[in-house]
Amino acid sequence: MNKVVPNADEAVKDIKDGMTLMLGGFGLCGIPENCIAALVKRGVKGLTCISNNAGVDDFGLGLLLQKKQIKKMISSYVGENAEFERQMLSGELEVELIPQGTLATRCLASGYGMPAIYTPAGVGTEVAEGKEVRNFKGKDYLLEFAFESDFAIVKAWKGDTQGNLVFHETARNFNPLMAMAGKITIAEVEQLLPAGHLHPDHVHTPGIFVHRIFEGVNYEKRIEQRTVRKRN
Amino acid sequence: MLDKNGIAKRIARELKDGYYVNLGIGIPTLVANYIPEGIDVVLQSENGLLGMGPFPFEGEEDTDLINAGKQTITTVPGSAFFDSAMSFGMIRAQKIDLTVLGAMEVSENGDIANWKIPGKMVKGMGGAMDLVAAAKNIIVAMQHVNKAGESKLLPKCMLPITGLRCVKRIVTELAVIDVLKGGGFKLIERAPGISVEQIKNATAGRLMVDEEIPEMKIN
Repeated sequence: MNKVVPNADEAVKDIKDGMTLMLGGFGLCGIPENCIAALVKRGVKGLTCISNNAGVDDFGLGLLLQKKQIKKMISSYVGENAEFERQMLSGELEVELIPQGTLATRCLASGYGMPAIYTPAGVGTEVAEGKEVRNFKGKDYLLEFAFESDFAIVKAWKGDTQGNLVFHETARNFNPLMAMAGKITIAEVEQLLPAGHLHPDHVHTPGIFVHRIFEGVNYEKRIEQRTVRKRN
Repeated sequence: MLDKNGIAKRIARELKDGYYVNLGIGIPTLVANYIPEGIDVVLQSENGLLGMGPFPFEGEEDTDLINAGKQTITTVPGSAFFDSAMSFGMIRAQKIDLTVLGAMEVSENGDIANWKIPGKMVKGMGGAMDLVAAAKNIIVAMQHVNKAGESKLLPKCMLPITGLRCVKRIVTELAVIDVLKGGGFKLIERAPGISVEQIKNATAGRLMVDEEIPEMKIN
């Protein structure tokens, strides 16, 4: 078994035009920077991207948007991106907005081998249009389907050669869910360790879910909203 | 009339020891600054943290540590990180005791609209629809009227709905108002210096008013 690939270019080399990708991260926190850069370089087009957010103009998924490589975004919140707004309003970019918990749970269902879930989020709203509503114990729920994707691309803090992953702080977010959900899962990590160097009790995502892993380089890890307090 | 911090201070009085609380973006975030002494609450950030602390000191920002508004934050002792599905699991399963949200409109049966204005750029609902669909106690923090001077407490929401029959209490610069179980607003408290008449005039939905309406106590 060899899951280790040398770099992002190698990891994404068979991602083709028109594919559906899941990309981990919340805002710019915990995003697979190296793979996004490699996809920009490869120039694949017509992508459908499932990701909580769409980056900012010049970072994260914003880099793929700039090059018009994304056909459709499936996200819960897409502010902070002027190019995104322009493409959405001109009709170049298709956008499906779904509640954040629904997004997470549709990833979870996929990773747990379940076809669908029922959730109360969106009942009575336009999110419910065309969806099956079912009442359990007096409360209405919407039927939502597990996501299907060709690749999941996630970012972890540490990983080992077996593909085991450990995430750091709130950079965890959607990453472990998407890692489980990908038909093929690519993990980029800040530190790639030999098997045995991660304590089995500390592994967040077992390596069975990860097909390719590499140590990323030159992480910018940009902060979207720098908020601080003064020292007294 | 209360300013934003006044609204946050009044909402902070709703906190009880041991509460797990989710604070939305805007005025709700300010509530964290006024947690009464002797009361221990745990703040949840739906991107995957229980035990959110204040903003970091300058130079100590941690790029992997943000809140749901994407702001740099800190943790408090006893905090925990988790993934987004677990985060919304604790929301849907009603482990969160109190949710404080902003709103564009609230209807007299407790419907809330706070995610979309037709004709304007739609940024998305984020976690708002999940929170309002499941929370056992939702307090709305908002201005009583919009910029055009129109009431935001309406018989029926005009804007696209975020969730149905979910708001229990509304705190504005003018008043504390409850949503009654059978529908209708009920005036609970007046802001300092505000008359019942002023509140009635600013409320488009049905408003029940008892004879004596106490003035809010803040601090």
